[in-house]
Amino acid sequence: MTNNDNKDKTLAQILRSRGISRRGFLKFCAATASMMAMSPAMIPKIAHALENARRPSVIWLSFQECTGCTESLTRAHTATVESLIFDAISLDYHHTLQAASGHAAEEARETAMKENYGEYLLVVDGSIPMGNPGYSTIAGISNYDMLMETAKGAAAIIAVGTCATYGGIPQAKPNPTGAVSVRDLIKDKPIINVPGCPPIPVVITGVLTHFLTFGTIPELDHLGRPKVFYGQSIHDRCYRRPFYDKGLFAETFDDEGAKKGWCLYKLGCKGPTTYNACATTKWNDGTSWPIEAGHPCLGCSEPDFWDGGGFYKALSMPTENITQTVIYTAAGAVAAGLMLGARNLSKKEQAKAAHSNTTIDDLKK
Amino acid sequence: MPESETGAIKFNIQIGDELTQNVKPLLHEVKHGLEKLIETGKITVIDLRSIPLAPNEEDKILNILGQGEVVAKLDALGLSEVVETKYTGVWLVTHYNDEDHIISRFIEVTTMPEILCSQTEDIMAAYSRLTLDLEDSLKTNESVVEKSA
Ligand code: SF4
Ligand code: SF4
Repeated sequence: MTNNDNKDKTLAQILRSRGISRRGFLKFCAATASMMAMSPAMIPKIAHALENARRPSVIWLSFQECTGCTESLTRAHTATVESLIFDAISLDYHHTLQAASGHAAEEARETAMKENYGEYLLVVDGSIPMGNPGYSTIAGISNYDMLMETAKGAAAIIAVGTCATYGGIPQAKPNPTGAVSVRDLIKDKPIINVPGCPPIPVVITGVLTHFLTFGTIPELDHLGRPKVFYGQSIHDRCYRRPFYDKGLFAETFDDEGAKKGWCLYKLGCKGPTTYNACATTKWNDGTSWPIEAGHPCLGCSEPDFWDGGGFYKALSMPTENITQTVIYTAAGAVAAGLMLGARNLSKKEQAKAAHSNTTIDDLKK
Repeated sequence: MPESETGAIKFNIQIGDELTQNVKPLLHEVKHGLEKLIETGKITVIDLRSIPLAPNEEDKILNILGQGEVVAKLDALGLSEVVETKYTGVWLVTHYNDEDHIISRFIEVTTMPEILCSQTEDIMAAYSRLTLDLEDSLKTNESVVEKSA
């Protein structure tokens, strides 16, 4: 996994030594700008920064998880381009993907930590069980100990998936293992939360690319999520939104409304309170996404989505007026003109707290 | 772009015309791009994947723009298609990966998309390559043409 020969080379040098032309590199940068929801005007800047980027060491720890996040990442749909990102990092430890196991693998982690102390990126998927250290161990080391030890020398931590970001399914009531998130335990490092069950593959690589490109972490929202991917709700970018605005809803999965592609709000869609990139980035090579396939959004990138009261129950909203909207300048100047107004998030948080059942009419106030 | 070429599966379960109503504003944006190009020479790039579009709307936009005089294909980290639409100066640039899946698609309003131009670094590499090949052929007395054949 580690290729030490390449450690001191810039990404441009690595690519050129593999016979990748400048045109190929520009194409890579265009796809990168697109996946990071950046204005195409950023393409030359990305090209310049990436050309001079050096490979950061990445240590990936997997705790209480289902490996879905790693599955998602390894199926990132821009195959060639994504593999470039992997060439661009030095993935020094990932116990699912690496060939070594047991003590040899732990040695690789310790070496990477020593050699890159203070500079490596730590990626974590899965939650950490606090009920009993024996619930989840790697080479006899508890998840808690491994996280705390590895976090010490990290430049930044990327929590991948809803389990690492908020506790996720392991933390769902009654939380038998006492599962907690990375942010619950670590307070003195920059943490980038990349929630989703699993997160969209290009969102994971997008965050890595951002770090490579700018050497900094992207701008985050109040839940620690990068705004470029989580800045807008599913509802704000949903192509079924005009039906919602006209009050046209599917009432069952096989009625006329469902066949006509009307809004899925009444079937329990959590789009209005969920912030994620599904509506434009889509899934499976950009083929489709849950709402396009006729299923409501489950809200998988939000805290406690599993305990939200039922996937098919219409959202409860507050009785207070939540019509205040904010204007986005997202995804470049062009898209901004096309964007639908977005409801104010903090109002929605209040909505959650109030949690009284409301009707469609209340939502439309 | 014919559907079969991309191999994408389409779920045509939705009925409805211009569902997100983003088709017209986008075409107006292209028109403004042309104005800008004429008046100032500045280019406009629109990322089609950053705009919420209903299942059939991207095809609708492509149909309206149509195909003009130039169709170019380039092979760099997978295929890319660069097509001048029937509106001169409006180009459709589609990048595919190795598995022929679209990884990004842009409308560029410009006289020539940057990706089509030969790049300085590649020109410099080509110069060194040709120089070396010529030196080799002098040593071996073999023509460059024979060598590459
Ligand atoms: S409620 Fe769901 S289906 Fe309806 S417009 Fe919002 S996100 Fe789309
Ligand atoms: S549509 Fe909703 S539930 Fe489905 S993946 Fe996206 S955020 Fe998660």
